[in-house]
Amino acid sequence: MSPALREKLVQGITALLLLTVPLWVGYVGGYTDLASRVLIYALAAMGLNLLLGFTGGLSFGHAAYFGLGAYGTGLMLDYVTGNTLLALAVGTLTGGLAALILAPIAVRRRGIYFSMITIAIGQMFYFIAVRWNSFTGGEDGLTGFTRQPILGVTLSGTVFYYMVLLFFGLGALLLWTILHSPLGHTFVAIRENQKRLTFLGIRVERYIALSFAISGVVCALAGGLNALLDNFASPDDLRYTLSGNFLIIVVLGGMRNFWGPLVGAAIFVLVQNYVSAITQNWMTVIGLVFVLSVMFFPLGVLGFFRRRSRS
Amino acid sequence: MSLLTLENISRRFGAVTALNDISLSVEPGELRAIIGPNGAGKTTLFNLISGFFPPSDGRIIFEDAPITAVNPAALVKRGIIRTFQITEVFLDLTVYENLRVAVETAMGLNIRPWISRASRAKINDRVDELMDIVKITNKADRVAGEMSHGDQRVVEVGIALSRQPRLLLLDEPTAGMGDEETNHMTGLIRALNKEQKITMLFIEHDMSIVFGVADRITVLDNGAMLAEGNAAEIAANPRVQSAYLGAAA
Repeated sequence: MSPALREKLVQGITALLLLTVPLWVGYVGGYTDLASRVLIYALAAMGLNLLLGFTGGLSFGHAAYFGLGAYGTGLMLDYVTGNTLLALAVGTLTGGLAALILAPIAVRRRGIYFSMITIAIGQMFYFIAVRWNSFTGGEDGLTGFTRQPILGVTLSGTVFYYMVLLFFGLGALLLWTILHSPLGHTFVAIRENQKRLTFLGIRVERYIALSFAISGVVCALAGGLNALLDNFASPDDLRYTLSGNFLIIVVLGGMRNFWGPLVGAAIFVLVQNYVSAITQNWMTVIGLVFVLSVMFFPLGVLGFFRRRSRS
Repeated sequence: MSLLTLENISRRFGAVTALNDISLSVEPGELRAIIGPNGAGKTTLFNLISGFFPPSDGRIIFEDAPITAVNPAALVKRGIIRTFQITEVFLDLTVYENLRVAVETAMGLNIRPWISRASRAKINDRVDELMDIVKITNKADRVAGEMSHGDQRVVEVGIALSRQPRLLLLDEPTAGMGDEETNHMTGLIRALNKEQKITMLFIEHDMSIVFGVADRITVLDNGAMLAEGNAAEIAANPRVQSAYLGAAA
């Protein structure tokens, strides 16, 4: 079988599996909302991976944009509108706008300093959410909203799963299109050699900021969907620990690989779900899986299989 | 009219004077070699011309306009393109991908999140043309980082050519190469100058290459200009012989 055909086959099977989740997920001991969570985390991680894997920028603060998407969506439903899609759109734009404004500040520094600034910016939003009790619900999180029917269709678990799948598909299409355009080629070239690109006349900071902003928008969309899934937005959605989880998901799945974060998210969410039923220390298991994967599959799970199938 | 003129250029780093009162001019179409022992100030000279840092004193004029304090990105747009002493390519990308991003940059397409089929074809044609000029078409799908140093150097020249240089600066283009790779590179340099009519400045250590390729030669020593002339004049210059050739022999 040629690699191209094999690729098509794998993609086809993956698409089929995702489209039929509600039919089989119960038989393997899961439930539909769990699959929605996998897709939501995968979407956020794919957004982050545009910056991390394809532009070479290590952000420890992307939960901020995920959380802003969640709070933006929840607050809209709480205070402004009963329109779920409008709330989601506003949430996504809120997170995206924050990323767009803050990215130029973060990209003024390189390497570890860039990462430190991203954490600081992220934590700023976390503390705002925790302290502004009357508006955000403080440490208890934002409650009091539920996802409203769209065009008369009630968003049951199954219907909502397909809505998440649709947005996951749109997000993936957006990222895929960008990566196969001159803009995406520029991002990858920045990852490979900033100096060379500078001497071709490119102001690389601007492009890193743009990659940061686009990845922020995608994270915010995922955050909005997450709030709709739980009918709840938690300050933890903004916290650096979640940023770290997204990084783990990306690295687990393979950060040079477009679909890597989907695999990473599936592993992460399933371990979290099943192991946390047994022990509170499920993070230890994730940590162990992470260490083993970095040691034995430095290119991530998908990267490992890709390399094997190539040789 | 000269393409590039340096007027009384000096560059100091704290107490160290890397270049002292250098004046030279490069004519359009010229193939000029810069030679000199280690620490002579050759790469500093390139850094000044390409805007990496400004001179401490003096003026640089390119195509009748002063460029003394212009930043590298703006100089690239004016056509001053350089390569580096340490090869700078996109290591994890194939030869084709290396040149594609260079061509897209030259066409000013970087900001475009999608492109038409027609532009894509135009980009591909230009990449093919560049691969043809530097003669690396047969290695189009090789990953740059897995190629020999000499091949990476050739890719780098291809990247530089994508911007249609008015003045091409090559920093030790044959350093660390075997005989065959060196021949390929010198042949390429000559062809670019004679066929593509590109004005070039190149830094080189190997005297046989310099004498065989360059129209004119500038000799630097210890930050100062020692001599300038064609191959025969430089070979006959007693100061050059004692400072450089003598030391090498």
